[in-house]
Amino acid sequence: MEQASIKVRVRLFAGARELAGTHTLPQTLPAGATVQELAERLYDAHPGLREMRLRFAVNAAYVDLGTALQDGDEVACIPPVGGG
Amino acid sequence: MSMEKLFEVVEQAISVDQVISRLADPAVGAITTFVGVVRGETDGRETLYLEYEAYPEMAEATLKQVGQEVQERWPEIRQAAIVHRTGRLEIGETAVVIALSAAHRRQVFDALHYAIDRIKEVVPIWKKEVWADGEEWKSEQ
Repeated sequence: MEQASIKVRVRLFAGARELAGTHTLPQTLPAGATVQELAERLYDAHPGLREMRLRFAVNAAYVDLGTALQDGDEVACIPPVGGG
Repeated sequence: MSMEKLFEVVEQAISVDQVISRLADPAVGAITTFVGVVRGETDGRETLYLEYEAYPEMAEATLKQVGQEVQERWPEIRQAAIVHRTGRLEIGETAVVIALSAAHRRQVFDALHYAIDRIKEVVPIWKKEVWADGEEWKSEQ
């Protein structure tokens, strides 16, 4: 039987973490959902995130917004970085 | 800091000598280092301290990727080691050490410049400046 929904774990860092008030957000999405669809859901819940020029990583690697998510993925919201 | 890892995110103080020691190799004749330290002011505004945050697993993987890019562009670079600290850092403390080794000194400085620029672009580490009257996450992106 095909899965109707998937569960992913969203991790938030730095300004995104402070804005959302949490460092992790479990999300349940329709099977086949993309990073873009997840992003829209996060932006609806926390409108300030939309202005942050976030990049996204799945399982610790940068991805495009069109990437399809899989059950159990770890998705990171990456605000503009500033190491060094 | 561990002796084995060439690319590492740590919470304790970084020893530059200890990072350099990770590149020990009889074939090496030159090691260049970049040491990023916490500056006490930006644009005339006094910084009290910095708070660095990382996505540690991904940060170590992307530091390693930067090291690989350096070696692809400058094949004469024998090895790279990059250690970045996170947490609260006081003025003058070391935030990052990049060390590159080569048989000869030519071009290692260009490679070093490339490495620090790439770190600021791709490595998921964030820096918050804390002032007497506020704070802000800073990025050059």
